[in-house]
Amino acid sequence: MKPNDILTADGLSRRRFLRSATSMSVLAALYGVGALQPALAWPRSGNLEAKKEVDGNTDIFRLTIDRTSMPIDGKDARPITVNGTVPAPLIRLKEGRDVRILVTNNLDEDTSIHWHGILLPFEMDGVPGVTFPGIKPGETFEYRYPVRQSGTYWYHSHSGLQEQLGHYGPLVVDPAEPEPYAYDRDYVVMLSDWTFEDPHDVFRKLKVAEGYYNYQKRTVQDLLEDIKSKGWEQTMRERAMWGEMRMSSRDLLDVTGSTYTYLLNGRSPADNWTALFKPGEKVRLRVINGSAMSFFDVRIPGLKMTVVQADGQDIEPVPVDEFRIGVAETYDVIVEPNEDRAYTIFAEAMDRSGYAAATLATREGARGEIPERRPMPERGMESMGMDHGDMDMNMGHGDMDMGRNDMSGDMNGGVEMAADASDPHAGHDMSGGSQALNDDHSGGMNMAEDEPSEWPLAGRKISHGHDDHGPGAAMVASNPQNRMSDPGIGLESTEDHKVLVYDDLRARAPWPDQREPEREIELHLTGNMERYMWSFDGKKFSEVDGPIRFHHNERLRLILVNDTMMDHPIHLHGMWMELENRHGKYRPRKHTLSLKPGEMVSAQITPEHKGDWAFHCHLLYHMDAGMFRVVSVA
Amino acid sequence: MTIQTIKHPSRWLATACVLALTPALAMADGRGDYAREQGWDSPVPDMQTGMLLFDRLEYAAGDDEDSVDWEFKGWYGGDTNRLVIKGEGEHVVSGGDGGEIEALDLLYGRLIAPYWSVQAGVGYQLEYGPGPNHDRGFAVVGLEGLAPYWFEIDTSLRISEDGDASVDFEAEYDFLLTQRLVLQPRIGTSFAFQEVEEFGVGQGVNHVKAGLRLRYEIQREFAPYIGVSWKKQLGDTADLAREEGHDTEDLRLVAGVRMWF
Repeated sequence: MKPNDILTADGLSRRRFLRSATSMSVLAALYGVGALQPALAWPRSGNLEAKKEVDGNTDIFRLTIDRTSMPIDGKDARPITVNGTVPAPLIRLKEGRDVRILVTNNLDEDTSIHWHGILLPFEMDGVPGVTFPGIKPGETFEYRYPVRQSGTYWYHSHSGLQEQLGHYGPLVVDPAEPEPYAYDRDYVVMLSDWTFEDPHDVFRKLKVAEGYYNYQKRTVQDLLEDIKSKGWEQTMRERAMWGEMRMSSRDLLDVTGSTYTYLLNGRSPADNWTALFKPGEKVRLRVINGSAMSFFDVRIPGLKMTVVQADGQDIEPVPVDEFRIGVAETYDVIVEPNEDRAYTIFAEAMDRSGYAAATLATREGARGEIPERRPMPERGMESMGMDHGDMDMNMGHGDMDMGRNDMSGDMNGGVEMAADASDPHAGHDMSGGSQALNDDHSGGMNMAEDEPSEWPLAGRKISHGHDDHGPGAAMVASNPQNRMSDPGIGLESTEDHKVLVYDDLRARAPWPDQREPEREIELHLTGNMERYMWSFDGKKFSEVDGPIRFHHNERLRLILVNDTMMDHPIHLHGMWMELENRHGKYRPRKHTLSLKPGEMVSAQITPEHKGDWAFHCHLLYHMDAGMFRVVSVA
Repeated sequence: MTIQTIKHPSRWLATACVLALTPALAMADGRGDYAREQGWDSPVPDMQTGMLLFDRLEYAAGDDEDSVDWEFKGWYGGDTNRLVIKGEGEHVVSGGDGGEIEALDLLYGRLIAPYWSVQAGVGYQLEYGPGPNHDRGFAVVGLEGLAPYWFEIDTSLRISEDGDASVDFEAEYDFLLTQRLVLQPRIGTSFAFQEVEEFGVGQGVNHVKAGLRLRYEIQREFAPYIGVSWKKQLGDTADLAREEGHDTEDLRLVAGVRMWF
């Protein structure tokens, strides 16, 4: 039943062929002896593709979910596998065709598969307790849906904590029409985080012992160094602010490299997955963050990456040196390695506690240099979502998003801020300013003709309710900001090192629905780290009464406000979120929006598909803690 | 809180248990209509969990006597409602006999603000050996939480079965010297509204306690430590101690382990 997956070791995109009988028989041999032999991981180079059967206009796939003994990073592990591997095999669909996927559950617990980013009838969305009852042990569930979109997506379990155990894989939909960019090779690069601990233990530790996995907390040593470099007064003022809030400026990721082994296509840095190329070829890398809890900063030292897709949707190409990818997001980049050498694909965890790495090389076994790890960044004022005036700067304006690149990680932006604040038209000049800033880095793209759009949320008054969201919210952002031109904590865009930001994402063409939103829904991302409570508007899933109701085919503006100190990737099933960044009607559309601390974003939505859809933070343990709602479209 | 209630701590206990262990009474949650009709379980059910922490489990060597001192806290429940059990005491192992369970409390705790929970329940105190045992029960109301600047605070009002009232206060703080080496100062004090001679309690401030412990977290769950603990009795309480022929000040070197499960 299992030898039905294909190695596409060479990544040749347009000439995908069943590889020789040799690799098939190797596969069969490995599978044949079953549990005695370690299961097959993904190949050292290339992707592992699920076998497809064709029946008229329908493609058929068979997937089997097992608990399988196999080595991960050379150590014994027992992940949940799909057709015997972690990640699950690449499912390759074609826009315009239909698909049937038969999923057999060999586990002794329920399972499910959610097709992340795919718009489909809601009963096929695969969320137990929302769209179907789940797949019982021993049962086979048939997913069946039309494929009417293209791009890079992924699929994963939506049952309990199974994603943490390896139950995820890539999903690629080839477009019906040719793509507006060319490439010679095509590889999926799937990032994930693996722990040898039981995920339920991880969750319990987060619940009972705050900061359990953080071994980069501030120490007395850091305090002394700060006093030395910043002076007594400044240091004390900063510490007092954090102290009063009982927040840690070093709390970037809840679960860290102290337990995680970071994987790329199922392989640890030591196991060195390799993407092969010939010098001069264009290589498309479909980067998918299939982690449970980890944001990654991805770069290939020595190569410029041109981002051509975000969340499976084509965007105007943006050449970058690095991009941050939130959990569940995807970015497709094209690189053009000209030299006959090995490049390192380096994905550093946002908190710098570890990394995934692989090699882009002309032959297997080659290895590029592993870049030096950067020090852990610290959060600064911007993460508090505060009026800068609150910081003893005595400034009246709070809605400014200037100078933020200079503000990340330190609190010395005051001078620049003060100058901006004195400008009576600060609000308008701001967006013009950030346009100029980005154009400096947009490397040949003709953005100048692009009239920057005014931020629809500028000047918006935010309400946190009468009780600041109650005990479930340890803080509120008194004045949340537009941070779409901010690359995020620990990253900085410079002349020589362009980092992707949300304001760079510009759709290829305006999406069909350009109606003005008739209705607004505002939701706040809330949490209480001390007890590991995560919620929307201070209320966990168990504490709210019923779903959020969207009207079928209405035009809606969803406003998200991050009232926490963490970054959250917010995922809406079943419909696109058109992110209102500076590109006006060229809004990029996404299935997952990452919000920085103190950030506010908005997205336009047309709920085209009726039914109940999940809406949640894609950090697995945040979701499970209750940061989850159902959106009901009727 | 009436004396009658206190006479029946079991009633308190039963109430506390029911409150802590009953999931939210209203069964509403965020499920959609379809899931409700189908009777499906919640996609993200609330987690009930608990832990048992031995904050201090130490050998304390003093001038005249050595003792094993202990302090623990356990809880079970959800994010908002918890059943809490706390205890503290000492057992003399050389230079004397006997010991004391200073407090053994069974409480219902409820989160009322992001960092604060109120606790209410019953407490028990026992002094044993070398003479006859003395014990008494309490009604306890407490406030526990994290104050600004990360001070861990635990304070309670205790009313004994004889109607004697007292207030306890304890605060501790963790200085991270490195990621695993933690220096923890703590202070505590106690104030009694009435004299209770049987337990050596005078009216007014009874004592001040201070401790300084340096622990090394081999794991988060297991951290051996060394330190000092100091206690000075004050006012009427000190007078009572002197009448009994005891020292009013006590300094001990301690070595022990902080651990949790």
